[in-house]
Amino acid sequence: MNNELTVGFPSLSRNESLARGVAAQFVSLMDPTVEELSDVRTAVSEAVTNAIVHGYGGAGGTVTMKLVSEGDLFTVTVSDEGRGIGDIERAMKPFYTTDPQSERSGLGFSVMEAFMDSVSVVSAPGEGTSVTMKKLLRRE
Amino acid sequence: MQIVCSREGATLRVALTGEIDQHFAAEARAKLDPLLGDGRIRRLIFDLSGVAFMDSSGVGMILGRYRKLTSFGGSMDITGAKAGVDRVLRMSGVYGLCTKGGGI
Repeated sequence: MNNELTVGFPSLSRNESLARGVAAQFVSLMDPTVEELSDVRTAVSEAVTNAIVHGYGGAGGTVTMKLVSEGDLFTVTVSDEGRGIGDIERAMKPFYTTDPQSERSGLGFSVMEAFMDSVSVVSAPGEGTSVTMKKLLRRE
Repeated sequence: MQIVCSREGATLRVALTGEIDQHFAAEARAKLDPLLGDGRIRRLIFDLSGVAFMDSSGVGMILGRYRKLTSFGGSMDITGAKAGVDRVLRMSGVYGLCTKGGGI
């Protein structure tokens, strides 16, 4: 069964739990294992936090999350229209953070890569960021 | 989300309950930093047995408290992390900073 859901919400930190809750409900329809469900919740939380904290910073904006299921393949795309990323390769390095003073762990992308099968990032300065993550549910 | 702090001598035990994301991490920082700021706490124990979810923002919050504590020569331990939380903590290497060297 293929399915699709797109939601948009303001870049408020309390919407991080809302977003991962929606993603978890969507993936639940695909009959995932407890671990797969936990992986998706964590990866979505990282991507949405990045959009809110780094994409928009203090400025407000809309975060869009698109969820797609095609058979056993789950795809989630989290997009913002914020400041964008100049050097994507550097941004994805473990422990790299743009803001060491604010206690960011610099692990957001590393967690996404560890918990999902693939992570791709499309971004340019001033043109927002779109993160697409895929996971094949194996139910093992 | 709930934060319960109990102090015994120089030891502060912090029991967290619920989901730790960036939103909650800010709340936890605001509550814990006044307790860690005067150097009287030498040992900090995070009890995560009530934590259902944690992402890397939670790791950042724990690392920040660790830095604050060690600036006064204190030590830290983390107990009770459930499987999903434990995976994020292992990835971060934060257990290597604990006196027990792992989740207890």
